[in-house]
Amino acid sequence: MTPEEHFEAIVAAEDKIEPTDWMPEAYRGTLIRQIAQHAHSEVIGMQPEGNWISRAPTLHRKAILMAKVQDEAGHGLYLYSAAETLGVGRDELQELLHQGKHKYSSIFNYPTLSWADIGAIGWLVDGAAITNQVMLTRCSYGPYSRGMVRICKEESFHQRQGYEILIRLCQGSPEQKAMAQDALDRWWWPSLMMFGPHDTDSTHTEQSMQWKIKRVSNDDLRQQFVDMTVPQADYLGLTMPDPALKWNEERGHYDFGEIDWDEFWTVVKGNGPMNRDRIEHKVRAWDQGEWVREAAATHAAKTSAAAATRLTGAAAAGVGK
Amino acid sequence: MTYDVPLLPGESPDIEQTTATAGEGWPLWEVFVRARRGISHVHIGSLHAPDPESALQNARDVYTRRGEGVSLWVVPSSEIHAFEPEDLVDYVEANEKVYRHATTYDIPDEVGHM
Repeated sequence: MTPEEHFEAIVAAEDKIEPTDWMPEAYRGTLIRQIAQHAHSEVIGMQPEGNWISRAPTLHRKAILMAKVQDEAGHGLYLYSAAETLGVGRDELQELLHQGKHKYSSIFNYPTLSWADIGAIGWLVDGAAITNQVMLTRCSYGPYSRGMVRICKEESFHQRQGYEILIRLCQGSPEQKAMAQDALDRWWWPSLMMFGPHDTDSTHTEQSMQWKIKRVSNDDLRQQFVDMTVPQADYLGLTMPDPALKWNEERGHYDFGEIDWDEFWTVVKGNGPMNRDRIEHKVRAWDQGEWVREAAATHAAKTSAAAATRLTGAAAAGVGK
Repeated sequence: MTYDVPLLPGESPDIEQTTATAGEGWPLWEVFVRARRGISHVHIGSLHAPDPESALQNARDVYTRRGEGVSLWVVPSSEIHAFEPEDLVDYVEANEKVYRHATTYDIPDEVGHM
């Protein structure tokens, strides 16, 4: 069996490809790109929510939000680790993000204007992420799939805490309910855009499906998300900002309106409301951490030198014989 | 949500080279966690850290935020030595020696459980 046949047999058998296996260079490249973009999204995704940590309405909500943002950092780390198994360095990937050569999910280029946005992000943005990530647990690449299993367990908390924020707001004063409606109005369409271009316009869906990196198409995932989310909006008593949204008995799915693809591409190209801010902030945070990294490296060098001296001294004294 | 990056017109899907070199920065550590007493440590992931103490602290913060373990190990990734998969797969004798398996021996039913 050639290495290529072996690879294809593993994928066909629904088994996982592991880092030391032979794999086509394009498979490796596709995974590096996708996992890096996923990791960058987790890391940049801390910013819109971090914006509300100091302004959370109660200490309890602040603690929850801090735990959630900490989870996002952890998710970024699991994913960079998965990317590293493919032979690329984390520093290298981060540098590509800083240089603007790597992208992250466009959803994080929208601002968080009110506390209700924190609810909407958990409910809709994390809801959309879960829809995709549950699919990715079945991805053919072992380390990515395993990372997704861990992440999905934690995302459930993210979505539920967000929805609960909106339940409370919708049970509150008319102003609070209006705040929730405003957040839904602003986050609904960008959330649908998270699933990417239509299948007919998606450049590499077919190959990714063949390699079982991707298991469900963009449009099918989007439909799944809409079907799941509409009843949840109904429960809140909120109105979806889409006049075309309607249950289709025949299809057994909701019909919904067309996404504004001009807006989608504008944000992907770097001209969304927050693109420049997000990267500037990320680079600034990295630069400002320089002294911490230096101190940690100096401390590590000193302690390992001291340990080496102790070992040498112990050997000379005949200790351990 | 899709993480396969939308390509702009004229953009190449190739992996770009950076000025940063792989291997720069802190060393990589493999993290093993014992989920509860009575079972072995299992590999759970990896992370970068400058020294063993920081690696342990980071591993605790990253991998056991929800009580996933009662014990943690960190090992420098460079200290893990492994067979290539084909070196194990080619060790076919293991599968040919069926007499190593208990189920190859016929024991009469009257004897009972053995």
